[in-house]
Amino acid sequence: MTETPLPPDAQPGTRLVLHRLVGLYFVAAIVYMFASLTGGLIMALQLTDLNPLKGIEFFSPGRWRMIHTNAIAYGFIANAFLGALHWAVPRLTLKPVLSVKLSWFIFLAWQVVVLSTAVGILFGQAQGLEWGETPVWIDPLAQAGLVLVAINFMTPIMKMKGPMYVSLWYFIAAFVWTNLTYAMGNFLPEYLICGVGAGAIGGMFIHDLVGLFVTPLGWGLMYYFVPIILKKPMWSHALSLVGFWGLAFFYPLTGIHHFLYTPIPMFLQYGAVISTIAVEFVVTTVIINFFGTIWGSSWSAFKNLPIRWFYTGMVFYFLTCLQCAFQTTLTFQAIIHFSDWVVGHAHMVMFGVFVFWQFGMMVYLFPRIWQTEWYSTRLLEWHYWLSTIGLTLMISALILVGVFQGFSWATLDLWEESIRISMPFWMVRIAAGLIIIAGQVCFAYNLYRTYLLSRRTVKAPGA
Amino acid sequence: MFESRSGIFFIAGVGFFALAFVASGLVPILMYADKYPEKKAIEMVNRNILIQFRDLQTRYPEPFKKYIGELTPENEAAKCAETIRYGLKVYTGEGCWHCHSQFVRPVSREMERWGPVSKSWEYQNELQRPVMFGTRRVGPDLIREGGRRSNDWHAAHFFKPQSLAPDSVMPEYKWFFEGSPLKPNDRGLALITYMQWLGSWMPNYFTQYKSQGQAISEGDQ
Repeated sequence: MTETPLPPDAQPGTRLVLHRLVGLYFVAAIVYMFASLTGGLIMALQLTDLNPLKGIEFFSPGRWRMIHTNAIAYGFIANAFLGALHWAVPRLTLKPVLSVKLSWFIFLAWQVVVLSTAVGILFGQAQGLEWGETPVWIDPLAQAGLVLVAINFMTPIMKMKGPMYVSLWYFIAAFVWTNLTYAMGNFLPEYLICGVGAGAIGGMFIHDLVGLFVTPLGWGLMYYFVPIILKKPMWSHALSLVGFWGLAFFYPLTGIHHFLYTPIPMFLQYGAVISTIAVEFVVTTVIINFFGTIWGSSWSAFKNLPIRWFYTGMVFYFLTCLQCAFQTTLTFQAIIHFSDWVVGHAHMVMFGVFVFWQFGMMVYLFPRIWQTEWYSTRLLEWHYWLSTIGLTLMISALILVGVFQGFSWATLDLWEESIRISMPFWMVRIAAGLIIIAGQVCFAYNLYRTYLLSRRTVKAPGA
Repeated sequence: MFESRSGIFFIAGVGFFALAFVASGLVPILMYADKYPEKKAIEMVNRNILIQFRDLQTRYPEPFKKYIGELTPENEAAKCAETIRYGLKVYTGEGCWHCHSQFVRPVSREMERWGPVSKSWEYQNELQRPVMFGTRRVGPDLIREGGRRSNDWHAAHFFKPQSLAPDSVMPEYKWFFEGSPLKPNDRGLALITYMQWLGSWMPNYFTQYKSQGQAISEGDQ
């Protein structure tokens, strides 16, 4: 597969999109997905006392828990976004990225960042920042990589003529925010600021990573893929504007809601709670816009798999944000903070929304990149249903047991009692996790067979 | 402005981020910058933790000599600070802070279970950079942990938690030891010191909070 043929809709004679690079980003993402699944499984087995690898340093559940989150954030989600951006940005601007060589360099550099993060964590060098455990010596390299990403993609955006489509608003903002967030979270609390201030910055980092890196790229790509696949424009441009600017204003202000009832000043905590509730209203406008768009062609959500992934993700997105508006109130926090409720919430966001959307993009793009149909649509269906059912089961169990744990603590039960009541739910979590893993195995196998098919079809004419 | 490159780049991207950074990041930083400037680890060494540190030397003389050295009245504070700092590194690297929090909230009857509610001044030191608040409690909160249990309890517990707390789901940390809980290595000694340091600045160190939550552990002790 040396020469990738251009898709029929590309301008003849140009190489607008680096197909092979998009494909490689997606494949890398899926490889890290399995690292993340392994980490999650080790931690889940440890919590139910079934861990067969007890007492082995390099299988320490504490370290693999950090690989679990970092592999999904920086391995899967970041790689999949970079692949999708390499597809979407040149098409939206009709200009290629700054440099092909730079694109390949970024690809390789990012894999070095992700792999050395995993190795660093395995050797016990994690940094004390949630979602940013990347060892401190990798941080500058990752930061440089993020700057290069911004330059590479901002070039075509700056060169383009005419009005910008909604997706590009989100992308521009995301490139700025991701760099600022990464710099703020990884350097300030490590070297300059201690204690309460570091807590505030750490809370902002956790939330900005979701709200200002993953969310704008995710929505930007939804604004691109959904109308293209449905072959109709977004329902309301005004709501697109409200959604973008509302998110831009309120999302950065919510960070401290991760540390309510800490010694962080109370007036700042109230501010974060109010902003979080405001975000929920903004999110509702975005959701209305997307459901207004699919209105009248709802059947595509059943027949068209990428659209189904996207809209399932949007339902989960609405649920997480709704949950967020309640759970950040001080009333809820008193009970559910520190409990598995939060773990359930995090899985619903990271897996149920963003990973689902990226699966949708992969299902849509792989046939276009590799110029062949999927090996098996039935396996694609299995992938969808196992992931959706597994995730629903997992978050239901975790959110429910979170409430039980919170009340158990509040009644001053023995600490061990909160572990004992969690056991059945943690067993359900393992079962749900295994269902999810089975789904991903279906996808990986399907992808491998599709790749073999593509090699055959490409070679056939020349043979 | 709302749909232009510069509007999005400067207002939404840089502007709103900066606003949030000032409002919810810079404000708490500046509030405490003068009142509670960051203390060094050595300033956080106090009488309580030195008692525990000397006890550690008495209980594990050989590993202590090998990894930390001999304590003298002149060097013990510096050595203790260095050990706590290394203990924090182990605590961070092993991800302890993902299952143990380090703050007592004024709600959910936490004062009865853990002790006095956490205050800002407790965190304004080098050993809370990055701050170890934590976001999940699979196991107990640790900010008032120091002094509640003996050094050898911690050693046995890190080696095999279930031997002391049968229902615990904490992993075994065999790699903090040279084959037996009687022989902690540098990481084991450092982490035990760090555990005993947590809360050592409180006037009521060594207080046993008599909530039910503590009963079982005390019984085992």
